[in-house]
Amino acid sequence: MMLDDILASLFPAGHDVQNADGVVLGSGALRAGGRALVVGIADRTPLGVDDAIRLAAHVLQSITTGNGPILIVVDSDSQRMSKRDELLGLNEFLAHLGKCLIHADRHGRPTIGLLYGHSAAGAFLATALATRVLVGLPGATPAVMDLPSMSKVTKLSVEVLEEKAKSTPVFAPGLANLAQTGAVHAIWDAAVPLVDQLEALLQAIPDSDDRRDLLGKKRGGRSKAYEIAERVRGLALQMR
Amino acid sequence: MSTTPLQPLTAPATVTSWYEASARTRTRLLLDPGSFVEFIGPEKREVSPHLKVFDLPEQFDDGIVVGCGSLGGAKVLIAAQEGRFMGGAFGEVHGAKLTGLLRGARDIGSMPVLILFDTGGVRLQEANAGELAIAEIMRAVIEARCAGVKVVGLIGGRSGCYGGGGLIAACCSSLAVSEQGRIAVSGPEVIETNRGTEEFDSRDRALVWRTMGGKHRRLLGAADAFVDDTVQAFRDAALALLGEAGGFGLEILTKEQARLEARLRDFGTCADALDIWSAMGISHADAVSSLPADEFITLADAFGRISHDAR
Repeated sequence: MMLDDILASLFPAGHDVQNADGVVLGSGALRAGGRALVVGIADRTPLGVDDAIRLAAHVLQSITTGNGPILIVVDSDSQRMSKRDELLGLNEFLAHLGKCLIHADRHGRPTIGLLYGHSAAGAFLATALATRVLVGLPGATPAVMDLPSMSKVTKLSVEVLEEKAKSTPVFAPGLANLAQTGAVHAIWDAAVPLVDQLEALLQAIPDSDDRRDLLGKKRGGRSKAYEIAERVRGLALQMR
Repeated sequence: MSTTPLQPLTAPATVTSWYEASARTRTRLLLDPGSFVEFIGPEKREVSPHLKVFDLPEQFDDGIVVGCGSLGGAKVLIAAQEGRFMGGAFGEVHGAKLTGLLRGARDIGSMPVLILFDTGGVRLQEANAGELAIAEIMRAVIEARCAGVKVVGLIGGRSGCYGGGGLIAACCSSLAVSEQGRIAVSGPEVIETNRGTEEFDSRDRALVWRTMGGKHRRLLGAADAFVDDTVQAFRDAALALLGEAGGFGLEILTKEQARLEARLRDFGTCADALDIWSAMGISHADAVSSLPADEFITLADAFGRISHDAR
């Protein structure tokens, strides 16, 4: 789905969301009343220092002046790969955006990621993966790293990697694989008006505790993460 | 007859290079002697369930040591990545150990956490699990900080602090870094592969150090303390940073927003670290890279940006 169609389907009562060179900012009217803040990245734009700080400013301003949920729509490249971005401290800019989203989520502004296109690596961490609930739309193509690049690092052919990917969801790109690890909470139905699915989600929104490891265990995509984290947490508590 | 004191079996912290040391040596020498207790140590053999798919060797601790010890007599939780195993990269088990430690710290609410970063980022053989582990760790760092826990990062290892490791580092309350402690998202080779040598020549080591290395990060205010490459120097820095104010909230985020906006405004058109250092008022920017640690610290205290309370 294209961003315009998605926004129209999410907010039939109207929205003022603008896409300026891939940076998405605005808000939409919710059917149940009130408005949702909308931020995001479109058109497979890489996320660099300039766009990250704009998005963070918008979220921060909304924390003090607004209310209602925050929707993060994502069709990005990975982080912008350049000398300038790294020179200026891209890690801080990306983390700052993630921190603003997490802070908002923990203070009455539930965050919902809507992954409708691509995303990867640092851009994924700073946006969609920094939300309380991440929803995927059919056709979304998240990838921590694409198979040709992975082939270069692992010294295995793409054919071998594709074969291995059939037995495990843990490394190969794709929405279904990420959903199995617990990163994606739900995949919406593109044939059903998105407003219905958004309102249903908002009415039964989970609390802000991070249960993605438990979800990954239930779905069979991450067999050990939940248990290991719980054991370490328990051992730490014995030290107090 | 004079008595010669017995030589210790291992080198003391004052002469042990952080860069050269293993995660276990760093942990042992950083903490008060004999105080470290490991959680899920190598004897438990909790290895990665994914590396065998690639016929790769496993490590019994999955490349990270986590546990509890004391620093200057006070209890701390600690995690140390082993940069010599899979480049210190985050896999499912590796990441879950750090997530669990941070959640424990959050629940306790008063015991600080030290993270000894040494990582190239996500472990590609388990990329989805590793990426998600980093997202969980970022959230767990923030939750711990919201509960009043100080989370201090120490960076000076072989693998630097790259990829998602750089994002986690930027979520910490404060950071100490040595010259060798490179912090970035995209590594030099990744930028070169994607954008060409004109954008970034990864074989130009001087360029790598001054763009991503500890000195530049300290001058920018991306790290709070610069230290010499010894375990003792990191220990002293950790003690000092733990003594500073912590906390997390809207006020800090607002200050960080202003701090990063100012950085873009002041240095956003600079083509190189040397231009940034000159713009800061350093008269011999080209000499910064060769300054010994003590002289650099004096310079950084005079000209470097401060990120205290704005991260």
